[in-house]
Amino acid sequence: MASTAADVRPGVGPRAKMEIQRPPGAAKRWLALLFLLPALFLLGAIVVYPTIDTIAQSFQHDTSRAWVGLANYERAAQADTIITALKNNAVWVLSAPAIITSLGLMFAILTERVKYSTAIKIIVFMPMAISFLATGVIWRLMYEPSPSQGLINAAIAKVVDVTGGAGAYPTATVLPDGAATQEPSGAVTLNEPIQAGETALLGLTAIGETDVPEDAVQASQPEVSGNSLGIVVWRDFKPGGGEPGVVEEGELGLPGAQVEVLDSSGAVVASGTTEADGSVVLDDLEGGPFTPRVAAATFSQGFTGIRWLAADLVTPAIIAAFCWMWGGFALVVIGAGLAALPRDVLEAARVDGANEWQTFRYVTLPLLGPVLGVVFVTMVINVLKIFDIIFMAPGASQDEANVIAVEMVRTAFTSRQYGVGSVIAVLIFALVIPIMFLNIRRFRRQET
Amino acid sequence: MAAAPEDMVQGRKPAWRRALTHGPLNVFLILMALFWMTPTFGLFITSFRTAGDSAESGWWTVFSEPRQMTLEPYKDLLNNEGLVTAIVNTVKITVPSAILVVLVAALAAYAFAWIDFKGREPLFILVIALLVVPLQMALIPIARLFGTIGLFGTVWAAIVFHIAFGLPFAIFLLRNFFIGIPHELLEAARIDGASEWAIFSKIVLPLGMPAIASLGIFQFLWTWNDLLVGLVFTDSSSAPITVFIRDQLRQFGSNLEVIAPAAFLSMIVPLIVFFAFQRYFVQGLLAGSIK
Repeated sequence: MASTAADVRPGVGPRAKMEIQRPPGAAKRWLALLFLLPALFLLGAIVVYPTIDTIAQSFQHDTSRAWVGLANYERAAQADTIITALKNNAVWVLSAPAIITSLGLMFAILTERVKYSTAIKIIVFMPMAISFLATGVIWRLMYEPSPSQGLINAAIAKVVDVTGGAGAYPTATVLPDGAATQEPSGAVTLNEPIQAGETALLGLTAIGETDVPEDAVQASQPEVSGNSLGIVVWRDFKPGGGEPGVVEEGELGLPGAQVEVLDSSGAVVASGTTEADGSVVLDDLEGGPFTPRVAAATFSQGFTGIRWLAADLVTPAIIAAFCWMWGGFALVVIGAGLAALPRDVLEAARVDGANEWQTFRYVTLPLLGPVLGVVFVTMVINVLKIFDIIFMAPGASQDEANVIAVEMVRTAFTSRQYGVGSVIAVLIFALVIPIMFLNIRRFRRQET
Repeated sequence: MAAAPEDMVQGRKPAWRRALTHGPLNVFLILMALFWMTPTFGLFITSFRTAGDSAESGWWTVFSEPRQMTLEPYKDLLNNEGLVTAIVNTVKITVPSAILVVLVAALAAYAFAWIDFKGREPLFILVIALLVVPLQMALIPIARLFGTIGLFGTVWAAIVFHIAFGLPFAIFLLRNFFIGIPHELLEAARIDGASEWAIFSKIVLPLGMPAIASLGIFQFLWTWNDLLVGLVFTDSSSAPITVFIRDQLRQFGSNLEVIAPAAFLSMIVPLIVFFAFQRYFVQGLLAGSIK
C-alpha cells in the first residue's frame, strides 16, 4: 500500500522532488533502461500481461478461447457458491477492519501508559510472523468441539459445570406404559399421585452396566412412617427378563438421583438424593396427594461443546482468529502514530482544562485519523484477498465459509472453468481498483 | 484546572500509588498478553503429544501429567520423507526469491530515484498501480505460460511468480528510501567521474541497508508463509511445507500427530527471523508494508 511511509515513518518520506537531480548528459534513457530492465521484464510478463489476458479470458470460452460475450459473467451471477462467497466477503469487510482498527487503537492507548509496553507489543505482534496456515491449525485446535480437546469449549464447560453440569444418568429413560412418564424437560414423573406413608417406585432403563456407580447395591424399599414419603429409583432391568415396575432380586438401586415431590398445585415441597440402594425418605409431609419425580437435572446431558466451525458460526469464528493475527499490526502502527503526535498540542488541551476523554475525543483521535485510515484500508485490502485461512480452517464447513479468493481457485483449478474463474479474478480486481486510485492520488499530492 | 491530569502528576506520585492506580490496567494487559500467547502455546504443547493422548484429553493435561510430553512426533516427522522434502522446497523457494526481489527492485528503485529519464513519473505511477493487483489476476495465464515453457511444477515457477508480485512493493519501498539519501553525496561522486553502477553499489546500496534488510525480511516471510502460489504452481516433488500441511488437514483430529509438529516446524523459522530482526520488521511495516 502506498502512503504509509510518509504518514508514520519519520525521516524517510518521499520529500525530495523528482526533478531535483539532473545527471550530466541528457541521454540517460538507455542507462535507466538497463537498471529497469529486469524489473520491467518481470512485471510485464508476470503481472501486466496476465492481468490483460485474464480480463480477455473472462469474455472467452474456457479452452478454445472463442469470444463468448458476457456468457461467463452470466454463469457467475447464477452460481450459488459465488453469491455465498460475496456475502461472506461483505461480512468480512464490514467487521474485521473495524474490529482490528479499534482493537489496535485500544491496545496502543493502554500500552502507552505502562513501562513494559514493548513486551506486550512483541507478544501481540508475534502471530503476524506466522502463516495463515499455521494460524488456521492453531485455531482449529482451539475450536475443537469436544470440551476435552478444544480449549474454548473446555473453558465454557468449566463455567457450565459450576452452574450444574451433566446429571448422574444422562442416558436414562423409562419403559413405555409404565407407572412413570418422562416429560420433555427430562424429568421422570409418577403418573398417579400418592399419599404420605406410601412409596413411589420410579424404575429407569437404558442405563449401561458401566454407567451404574460402583457403590450401588441391591435396590430395596425403605421404611416409611405416616408423615413421610418414600421413593425408590432403580435400574428396572434384569438380565434374562424380570417384571417391569417391580423391584426384584438382582436389580440395583441408582444412587445420586435427584428427586422432588410436588403437591397438588405443582409446587416442589420436598427434595432429596437417593442412597446406595436407590431409596430416599422425605420427611414432614402430611396428607396428599403428592406427585414424586426424578428431577430433570439427573438426566441433563451437560455441556457437550459448541461446534464453532459448523455452518452457522464458522465465519465469525474465523474472523476472530484473523483479528488475533492482525491485532498486533494495528497496535504497532497506531502505537507509532501515537508516539509521533505533537506533545505540545496535547499539553495545550490539558492546560485548557480538557479531561482525558475530551483530549482523546477532540485532539488525539482527529490527529490519529490518517494512521487509523491506513490501518483500516490495509485491512480492507487484506480481507478482500483473504484466502489461506478460509482454504483450510473450516474443515467441513468450507462451502459456508467460502470467500471470493477461494472460490476463484476452486473454480479455475479444481473445476477447470477458466472463464468463470477469470470473472471472479476480475471481480476481486475491480473491488481493489478504488484503492489503487487512492494510492496514486496520494502519491501525486506528496510529489508536488 | 479542576483535576490535574494523571500523566502530569504521575512523576510526583510514590511508586506504590502509581502501581495501585495502574492496577486494573496491569491486570488487563497481562491477561490480554496471556490470551494472545495461549493459542500458539497450545499448538506447541500439542506437537509434543501422541495421537492417543490428543484424542483423549486436551493439551493442558500436561500440566498435571508432564510425562505425556514426548519427542516421538518430531522423530516420526523427520523420518517422514514428504515433510523433509517439503521443508527443503520451502527453503529452495524462499531464499532465492527474497534475494532476487531485493536485487531487482534495488536496481529499478535507483533508476526511479536518481536517474532523470523521460517517462519516469508515469512508469513509477504504473508501479504504484500494480501494488494492489491481486495475484488471482495472474494465476490462470501464468499457469498456462509456465506449462508451455516447461516451468510448471518446479520450484522456479514459484520463485519467479513470488519475485514478480513482490516487485511493486519492493520498488516502492526502496525508491522512497533511496530518494531520502542526501543528493550532495551522489553529486560529488558524479563530479568525481564515478559511473552510475559505482554510485549504486558503493553509495546507495550501503546507505540503503536498513530498508533493504526490512524488505528482505518481509519478502522472506511472505514467501515462507505462502500457500496459494505453492498450491497452484508446484507439484508433489516441489511443493513447500504449507502445501504439505494442507494435504494432511483432511482428517484434522486423527492427523494431529503430524499436523501439530509440522505446523510448529513451519513456524520456527519465521519466529526466529521475527525475533532476531524485530527492529527491521517493525521499520519495514511502518514504511508501508501491505501488499
